[in-house]
Amino acid sequence: MPERFVQFFDAGEPAEHDLLGGKCASLVTMTAAGMPVPPGFAVTTAAYDAFVHESGIAERVHELLAGLDPDDVVRVDEVSAQIRELLLGCPVPDAVRTAIHGAYDELVARIGADVPVAVRSSATAEDLPDASFAGQQDTYLWLRGWDDVRDHIRRCWASTYTSRAILYRLRNDIPDEGLSMAVAVQKMVNARVAGVAITLNPTTGDRSKIAIDASYGVGEMVVSGQVTPDNLLLDKVMLSVVAEHCGDKHAELVPDAATGRLVEREVEAERRDRLCLEHDELVAVAQLAKRAEKHYGCPQDIEWAFDSDLPAGENLLLLQARPETVHSVAARATTAAAPPFTPASGGMTGFMSGLTSSLTPRNNR
Amino acid sequence: MTVTEPTTSGATAPAMKSFPKPSQLPVPEGAEGWEKLYPYNLVFQNLSGAEDEKFWFCDSQHWPTVFKPFETIGGEFAVKCLGQYNTRHLLIPPANGIEFKIHLGYLYMSPVPVPEDQIPARVPEFERRAGHYFQNWNELLDGWRVKVRGTIDEMEALRFEPLPDMVPFDDIVAGVAKDGSEVLMENYDRLIQLCYQNWQYHFEFLNLGYLAYLDFFGFCKEAFPGIPDQAIAKMVQGVDMELFRPDDELKKLATLAVESGLQEAFADTDDVAGTLARIGERDGGAAWLAAYEAAQDPWFNFTVGNGFYGHDKYWLEHQEIPLGYIKDYVRRLDEGQQIMRPVEELTAEKDRIVAEYRDLLDGEALATFDAKRGLAATAYPYVENHNFYIEHWTMGVFWRKVRELGRVFAAAGFWADESDMLYLNRGEVRDAIFDLVTGWAVGSEATGPHYWPAEIERRRKIFEALATQRPQPALNTPPAEITEPFTMMLYGITTEQVQRWLAGDEGGDEGVITGMAASPGVVEGIARVIHSADQLGEVQQDEILVATITAPSWGPIFGRIKATVTDIGGMMSHAAIVCREYGLPAVTGTGSASTTIRTGQRIRVDGGTGRVEILD
Repeated sequence: MPERFVQFFDAGEPAEHDLLGGKCASLVTMTAAGMPVPPGFAVTTAAYDAFVHESGIAERVHELLAGLDPDDVVRVDEVSAQIRELLLGCPVPDAVRTAIHGAYDELVARIGADVPVAVRSSATAEDLPDASFAGQQDTYLWLRGWDDVRDHIRRCWASTYTSRAILYRLRNDIPDEGLSMAVAVQKMVNARVAGVAITLNPTTGDRSKIAIDASYGVGEMVVSGQVTPDNLLLDKVMLSVVAEHCGDKHAELVPDAATGRLVEREVEAERRDRLCLEHDELVAVAQLAKRAEKHYGCPQDIEWAFDSDLPAGENLLLLQARPETVHSVAARATTAAAPPFTPASGGMTGFMSGLTSSLTPRNNR
Repeated sequence: MTVTEPTTSGATAPAMKSFPKPSQLPVPEGAEGWEKLYPYNLVFQNLSGAEDEKFWFCDSQHWPTVFKPFETIGGEFAVKCLGQYNTRHLLIPPANGIEFKIHLGYLYMSPVPVPEDQIPARVPEFERRAGHYFQNWNELLDGWRVKVRGTIDEMEALRFEPLPDMVPFDDIVAGVAKDGSEVLMENYDRLIQLCYQNWQYHFEFLNLGYLAYLDFFGFCKEAFPGIPDQAIAKMVQGVDMELFRPDDELKKLATLAVESGLQEAFADTDDVAGTLARIGERDGGAAWLAAYEAAQDPWFNFTVGNGFYGHDKYWLEHQEIPLGYIKDYVRRLDEGQQIMRPVEELTAEKDRIVAEYRDLLDGEALATFDAKRGLAATAYPYVENHNFYIEHWTMGVFWRKVRELGRVFAAAGFWADESDMLYLNRGEVRDAIFDLVTGWAVGSEATGPHYWPAEIERRRKIFEALATQRPQPALNTPPAEITEPFTMMLYGITTEQVQRWLAGDEGGDEGVITGMAASPGVVEGIARVIHSADQLGEVQQDEILVATITAPSWGPIFGRIKATVTDIGGMMSHAAIVCREYGLPAVTGTGSASTTIRTGQRIRVDGGTGRVEILD
């Protein structure tokens, strides 16, 4: 069986972490679970491995890294630059290049030629228990055409050896043997509105709620805190709004047709002053967050977006889902500390608790 | 019942306006002397201080229109019997009954709290008594049905007939030695007694049903802060309820009519005899008529009102109403519509909600949730079902018998119409019976025919003058906070609601009305404003019903409308229950929807947030 150099997210193949890296494995898993992940494919670690081994890069890299002192940052920088130059310059084996090009053409055929894609690193070291490595490698947005995509896949590969990454591994005793890198090539979401959702109340840890932050354009501005998003709290079961706060949302990050890049733009007053999601869109986001939570079996922190390119009903996309650890842990502690559900005294029901706890109707039909 | 006292420290309490004092309310022109229409103990000025100190809210949910003198009996029995269970039967720790007064024809209530220091002593008694009921709920409820049915049968057997010209010869021979007038007297007293009896039964389970519900409600509000009220309601609400049987019977009859090809016979349902005759002439008509006959006992003992008024129309006596509904269902079936309630979907949705909240709990909290929900789910359906037995069935028979007696008087020339008797209070009716039988026995004229016609006319004018004025929602200074759960749950009277009443038309968004989020969903449509059941025929397909209040028997029109907005009522009002059952959005307790919205306006109803927007 030939090496699997590419794997479409929806190919129905297993989400092998070693082959796909953290991000792509997660995208494959979510796709398999029927969640609306933007279409795309993984350039697998097998592709990276074939590239570095067949070109002889692997040995060169090994030599360069040997005996590096983590405190000698200047030397690390030099080594990093040399290795990345190697990775960016060496020819890619034909079989690998053909496989990736073929996958890209297939993706373009599916989503339309003009639609840009994102190219994201998906490191195997990502999401390891002790290595919060996520986000240290590169992500490139809004790429169009094979040449651009090809170059940026290489840049992702090269990012395995940024100074920061090398130092991180050195200081944490992570060996370079077996180190590999997968890359996600995915339809770029043309986000009209985007944001995050957490399947609990982040202030209290109450798991019967879903908190949603939403703002115009690509979700980066919400995640990075550059805008004050709309903030809504929904009941997780009924999906009704429990509390809402309309944020200022003064700016949005949107694609600029002229430059083919994302640009920051001021949001006009009329749109600022109202919630950026309609009620049914809000419910759709909450349902998506619920599905992610159910799938992973624990509270989730998701990133989502409404894509302007897609028709209503199919336009809500899940960009990322990760376990919500901080608040879940805090929530458990809070729940344990609070007197568990003894109705407040003074109300009509305080005196009932003694009664109902001992009561089960004998002839309950 | 506890209502928090007004804050006296004054440190942080916002300055709050007060509602008018009873004495400050203007008496409508022509209604002077209205106080004398009602029993002395039910008007304010005869108990010192009561009118100026306590906070009273108007129970326009149960008594939306002005009482005629005889009709006070419904308010008296209902509120008295509610009180007896809190105060004397169950010793509900913090709550006694509700004081009530009639002012300018409307009923006002003021809950009576138990003094703080007396509450602990009531707890063990309450647990013993309530415990007995909760542990034996279904058995006791089976017994309850037998008791209530027995009362109704007895009431049904009472006869009010004109007195004969002479005592029958058989009575002479048998040595009866009575003239039959004693039957009139006994039956009148018995009718009142039997009505009273079923009102006592009415509350035997009701307060407990509410308590079990509120207990679960309180738990949910703490376990899941901000949980929508309607989620809690859905978790305990019965899906297949006796209260919905009358409507379900009509749907079955409509289905049978379509299956038997009887559609054309329903062309003119206002002509009841003609319609039934046309059905009888057709193939399959006899079987349909037999089914129709069978459905009537007891399910046509159903009123388009709420059972508290003598003018309420019951299906049994106004068969153009059920036949009209059947006609509408027949039309919808012919158009291929689904008319049965989606019972399976409702059950599945209820199961989903319960399962999802359960999933959020574990250990002791989960066990408590299960215990409280189990109790509420057992006890709560009574809260809905009793309504058929008492307000509809018992009161239907009661008012029919009252009219029967009214006809005896009309035949004797006391007044022109059977319903004129409602302008007498029940003591005066008894006096009138004495007057009637005395005149008859003596062989002279009774006084009534010379006294009552003019007096009834005088009273009618007062009544009509009172009816021109809507009631104030409340009287006197409200407490800083409404905490009493019965008041909030049944009447939708919350601190916010009281604040809104006080604010009147000031403030708030233009064209936006807010109320209780009673049944979820968002729709837009054309409003149809209905002020009485007589206007129900005007409601068109896909309109949004806007009404002061709705009654359970309006069920058939809920299949025609898209949403409901009411002025009065809380989460557990009939409109809220019915809309949840039919899967329609509802906003209740808006205070002013029926006077603000006009028929034909386009409105947007959000039953999830309690917002109603007037779009044009």
